[in-house]
Amino acid sequence: MLAVQLTKRRGDFVLDMEFCAPTPGITALFGRSGCGKSTAIAVLAGLLSPDIGRVHVDDDVLVDTTRRIEVAAHERRVSVVFQDARLFPHLRVRANLEYGQKRVARHLPRPVRFDDVVELLGLATLLERRPHELSGGEKQRVALGRALLAQPRLLLLDEPLASLDAARREEVLPYLERLRDSFAIPMIYVSHQFDEVLRLASRVVLLDAGRTVADGDIATISRHPALRAIVGPDAVGAVVSGVVERVDPSGLVQLRIGDALLAVEFDGAVIGQRIQIQVLARDVIVATELPHALSVRNVVPARIVSIAPDAGRAVLVELDVGRTATLLARITARASEELQLARDMQAWVLIKAVSLRGHVFTAPAR
Amino acid sequence: MLSAAETDALTLSLSIAARSVLFNLPFAIAVAWLLTRTRFAGRTVFDAFVHLPLVLPPVVVGYLLLVLFGIRGPIGGWLYGHFGIQLAFTSTGAALATAVMSFPLVVRSIRISLEALDGGLEDAARTLGAAPLDRFVSITLPLITPGILAGVVTAFAAGLGEFGAVITFASNIPGETRTLPLALYTALQTPDGDSLAARLALISFSLGLAGLLVAESLSRALRARLGR
Repeated sequence: MLAVQLTKRRGDFVLDMEFCAPTPGITALFGRSGCGKSTAIAVLAGLLSPDIGRVHVDDDVLVDTTRRIEVAAHERRVSVVFQDARLFPHLRVRANLEYGQKRVARHLPRPVRFDDVVELLGLATLLERRPHELSGGEKQRVALGRALLAQPRLLLLDEPLASLDAARREEVLPYLERLRDSFAIPMIYVSHQFDEVLRLASRVVLLDAGRTVADGDIATISRHPALRAIVGPDAVGAVVSGVVERVDPSGLVQLRIGDALLAVEFDGAVIGQRIQIQVLARDVIVATELPHALSVRNVVPARIVSIAPDAGRAVLVELDVGRTATLLARITARASEELQLARDMQAWVLIKAVSLRGHVFTAPAR
Repeated sequence: MLSAAETDALTLSLSIAARSVLFNLPFAIAVAWLLTRTRFAGRTVFDAFVHLPLVLPPVVVGYLLLVLFGIRGPIGGWLYGHFGIQLAFTSTGAALATAVMSFPLVVRSIRISLEALDGGLEDAARTLGAAPLDRFVSITLPLITPGILAGVVTAFAAGLGEFGAVITFASNIPGETRTLPLALYTALQTPDGDSLAARLALISFSLGLAGLLVAESLSRALRARLGR
């Protein structure tokens, strides 16, 4: 268990955050730029002192201002992957990777092995290069490896993909997924891109103007009003997960979510695998009668849970699907009135399979 | 090719300049670090004091050294009494005077490098387990080598030509403290010394040019290594 409670004043800005997260696993720290994410990272890493605070990782106390405990950054074993990689320019990739590893105290276990990291991150051909000879994506991979080899008890990822273009991001993301699945190191992933969070994190802490406004599992947070305020109405969408029940010859994957089945486009699915998807609210159609002769692959019975006004002339309808998942549908207020939608009403949701993209999600071991 | 007196002056100049840089460097790195990375009371005064040799007439510096490090001076007397070390009127004394004169140049050059250094790299080293001294040796020092090198070369070149402070503190003793500029000055004072003076001037000129070329190629090689 990772428990964090911090207060830090910097000029007019006050960071006041509190959250708990299971270990291992990735917890995302999500919020607009300027919400205090980077300050939080600096305090957790020991580069800044909190005014008041407590940070525990499992049984280790890193900070406890009431007991005057503040472990120095270089003794904390909290590694950081910075947005700008920060590789040491005078050292070759190999020496960069070994920098933290060499400084691990003798009596400590070293579960992360050099060869494993090199293989996992595909660094074998880069070892003798100098940082200025690497591409942006390669730099971040080396920075990841360097942080891992320092044998951290907590790994902080401070927007590691933010300085990369879309193609480079897609190149690095799979490595992050592998890293999450290969090592039992708790991680905090700072981002302002919800799709990254969706692919990587199991838990989300929402930060707004320096405060923790919500924290919980990704499905709950995906429907949280505070998230809507941050990502905007077009990016709102419930996150649901399901198990692959069968793969159609055409390649469509049938995902079981409670009593319901959802057709999703996904390459290389394995039966029994858990897949996580985000269903954007604007992609969901609500019907009060069972329609037919439609191209839409997903027509799923649902029960209306709530109807709330949304931005513009829209309403946001919350629907229970398969008795286990909740979807959001963004429709016009006019449509809602004409269909006389109301709480507890039975309806159908229509979702195009092509609008759903799945992500393999490996739940943390515990 | 060179006469004995010329060779003497040349080797003496090189040795005094080299020793002055060795004197300088550890202190200059420490002072540059103090001035960029710490805040303490009296920092501005300290900064001004470090830069004094740049604005004082060199003769004044030589005089102050004589007062402090002369055999009857507070420091010089102690050194002579306890260790039998005499600085005034010796080549070591000439190196000391040269070091004091070029000190601000070295500090300035290292300081610019330190200020330009991305503190984020040192932070990264901290999170990777490097304690302060370790961090300084493994990250800071290698990254400011271009600045240190530039400072060393400037100090060395300036040291070859130091005149006022050397002649005041260490006098003009052939084979001991008569460096190139002092030899040149002496030649000009003697009748028929014109051709010797011209030859000494030519030697100084070539030395200076060679130094600048070496410095440039060294700094290029360093920059290429750091990828800048």
